[in-house]
Amino acid sequence: MRHIISVLLENESGALARLVGLFAQRGYNIDSLTVAPTEDATLSRLTLVTHGNDQVIEQITKQLHKLIEVVKLTDLNDAPHLERELMLIKVKASGATRDEVKRCADIFRGQIIDVTASTYTVQLVGTSDKLDAFIQALAGTAILEVVRSGVSGIARGEKTLAL
Amino acid sequence: MTSQTKQTEMLSGAAMVIRALADEGVEYLYGYPGGAVLHIYDALFQQTKVKHVLVRHEQAATHMADAYARASGKAGVVLVTSGPGATNAVTGIATAYMDSIPMVVLTGQVMSHLIGDDAFQETDMLGISRPICKHNMSVRRPQDIPAIIKKAFYIAQSGRPGPVVIDIPKDMTIPSQTFAYHYPSEVKLRSYQPKLKGHSGQIKKAVTALLAAKKPILYAGGGVIMGGASHELTELAQLLNLPVTNTLMGLGCYPASDKQFIGMLGMHGSFEANQTMHHADLILAVGARFDDRVTNNTKKFCPDATIIHIDIDPASISKTINAHIPIVGLVQPVLTEMLELLKQKKKKLDASAMKKWWQQIEEWRAVHGGRYDDAAPLLKPQYVIEQLSKITHGNAYVCSDVGQHQMFAAQYYGFNKPNRWINSGGLGTMGFGLPAAMGVKLNYPDADVVCVTGEGSIQMNIQELSTCKQYGLGVKIINLNNGYLGMVKQWQDMNYESRYASSYMDSLPDFVKLAEAYGHVGIRVTEPEQLIPALERAFALKDRLVFLDIHIDPKEHVYPMQIPGGSMNDMFLSKTERT
Repeated sequence: MRHIISVLLENESGALARLVGLFAQRGYNIDSLTVAPTEDATLSRLTLVTHGNDQVIEQITKQLHKLIEVVKLTDLNDAPHLERELMLIKVKASGATRDEVKRCADIFRGQIIDVTASTYTVQLVGTSDKLDAFIQALAGTAILEVVRSGVSGIARGEKTLAL
Repeated sequence: MTSQTKQTEMLSGAAMVIRALADEGVEYLYGYPGGAVLHIYDALFQQTKVKHVLVRHEQAATHMADAYARASGKAGVVLVTSGPGATNAVTGIATAYMDSIPMVVLTGQVMSHLIGDDAFQETDMLGISRPICKHNMSVRRPQDIPAIIKKAFYIAQSGRPGPVVIDIPKDMTIPSQTFAYHYPSEVKLRSYQPKLKGHSGQIKKAVTALLAAKKPILYAGGGVIMGGASHELTELAQLLNLPVTNTLMGLGCYPASDKQFIGMLGMHGSFEANQTMHHADLILAVGARFDDRVTNNTKKFCPDATIIHIDIDPASISKTINAHIPIVGLVQPVLTEMLELLKQKKKKLDASAMKKWWQQIEEWRAVHGGRYDDAAPLLKPQYVIEQLSKITHGNAYVCSDVGQHQMFAAQYYGFNKPNRWINSGGLGTMGFGLPAAMGVKLNYPDADVVCVTGEGSIQMNIQELSTCKQYGLGVKIINLNNGYLGMVKQWQDMNYESRYASSYMDSLPDFVKLAEAYGHVGIRVTEPEQLIPALERAFALKDRLVFLDIHIDPKEHVYPMQIPGGSMNDMFLSKTERT
C-alpha cells in the first residue's frame, strides 16, 4: 500500500544522504521525495512516498526513527490528511491542439505560465492522481517535458508535526 | 571556584582531541599514524594520560578497541589516518556495528579546502562508513571538537550501542591555532532520546503470560551482556525454573554449568535447545534479535509459541518474527521490574506442567548432549576446547576467529561469566581473533586471554604478532590447524559432493618458527597425548605469547547443524544421522 511519511530532520549536512541511504541499503522503495527547510532554519521537512505491506512500513518508520538526525516523523496515512504535488508540463500547442490544451488546462484548473508560438507550459497542482489524469487527458498532444515536485503532505485538522 | 574565575584553557584542535579523550576516561587509543593525523599524534606524544597502541594494520586497531568494549562494556577508541588508513578500518567498524559494540573511531581527513578534489589520501569516509556505523560526524570548526567527541561517546554507548565515526580534516587540528577548551559534562539531543524503562503495562502483561506458560523457554542474547543484566536474567530464570538458551552473542550471560542451561541455539545450537524452542508455548526473548542463524525458516519457526520480546531497539522487534508482547527498553531495568512483580505475586508456574516439560527436555538432552567421536586416533577439536576449558577453569577470556573453531569454542568451552566470550557473531569477520585477544589482554593483563583460531583466520591478521611483542601481550593462541578452511569444507562436503573449491591451503607456514621469528614461543601438537602437557606449558609461561599449532582431524564437522529451509528442530546430528 502507498504511504506518505513526513519527517522533521535536523538541517545538517549528511542527514539527507543518511536517510536516502537507509532506503537503498534495506531495499525499501522511494516513489517520491521532497525536502526543504522549514520556518525553523535548523529543521528540514521531508515528505516521502513509499509503498509496502504493513510490516515493511512499520520497519521503515522504526528504522527512520533510529537515525540520529530524525527528530520526528509521522505516517500521514494513519489519519485524514492533505496531499499536493506540483507539475510543470510543456506541451506542443499549435494548430488545433492549441485550443485543446487550453481547454484541458482550464478543466483541470491548471495555469498556462509560459507561451511560445508553438508551445504552452502548464502549471498544475493537485494530488498525484489528478496530475496523472491530466497527463492522460493530454494523450493526443505531444508532451515535450514533464517536471513533478513529488508529494508534499500535511495532516487535516489540528494535528501537527512540529516540535 | 566558578567557571568565570577559572582560567579558560586554550588548546589546539589536536590537543583538544586528546584532552577530550582523557576527560572521557580513555586509557588506550588504538591506531596508526599518517599524514592527516600527524598533528593529533604530536599532541598525543606530549601527554601521558592517553596511551597509544601502534598496531601493524588499522583493521587490528578496530578489533582491539571493539574487544575491549566487549570485555568492559565501555567504548573502545581508534585513531587512523585518512584514505587507506580509514578504509582499512572499515571491516572493524562493520564488525562492531553488526554486534552493537560501542566504539569511537577518529579518522583523519584531508584539509577542508581540498575535500572533493581527489586529494592525496582522500576518501569520503563519511559516505563509506554511513551504512556501517550508528552515526558519523565531521568536524567543521576546531572549537566544536570537545562537544563532538562527547556526543560520539554518548551515542556510541547509549541505547543500542554501536560504532561512531568522527572525520577530522587536518586543518581542524593545526597546533598554532588555539581555542577555549571546555568538555561538556552531558549531552542532550532533541532527535535522540533512547528509551530506558520498559512500558509497565506491557511488563505486567508479560509476567501474566509467563506465569500461565506450561512449556516456557528463556532465549537470551548479546543484549543481556552489553546491557549488564546477567545477574537479573539469572535470578529470573532460577526463580521460575526456566530452561535457558543463549545465542552465540549471549554465551556467558547465564552460567553454562548450571543445569537449567540447555546450550546455544540456532544453526549449530544444541539438539535440546533447538527442540525446546520449537516445542515451547512461550518464548521470553531478552536482548536477542531472532536472526537468520537462529530461526532457520521463519515460516516454520516455533509454531505454538507466544513471544515476549524485550529489546532496546524497537526496530529489532517484529522484524523477522512477530512479537506478541513487545517491550522496548533496557533489559536490566525491564528484568528488574519483572522480578519485582513476580516477587509481589508470589506465584510460580504450574508445577506439574513444568515437571513434565523438564522431563521432556532431559530426554532431548540425552539424545545428543554434545557427543563427538573421541575414539578416533586424530586429535578432535572438541577435545582441545574441553581441555582448554579445564586448564583455564572456564574463566579465560576466549576470543575467537570465524569458522568451525568458533563453533567448537562456543559449544564446548562452557562460559559461566558474561563478557568472556568475544567473537564476531554478526559480520563473521575472519582475522578478528588475534587483535581481539590483544585488546583484552592489554586491559586485563592478569587474566588468561586465549585466541581460538584456525590456520585460515590467523593468517588474516598474523602481522599483529609483532604488536604483541612490542607491548608484551601474553596471549595464548590455540590454532586448530586442519589444513582446510574448515567451515567452507564442511559446506562443500554437505552440499557440493566434497568438491573442495579453494578450501585447501597449500604452503602453510611453519607456525612454530613463525612465532619464534616474532620473538614468541611456538609449540606444535600433532598427537593427542601432547596436548595437555603443551597447554600446561603454555599457561605456565604467564607473560609470554605462546602459539600452539594444534593439528586436528581434518574430517571433523560441526554438529548439530540445522537443515536449511527447515524449522528450528530440523537438524543433522552427525554425518549419518538427522532428525
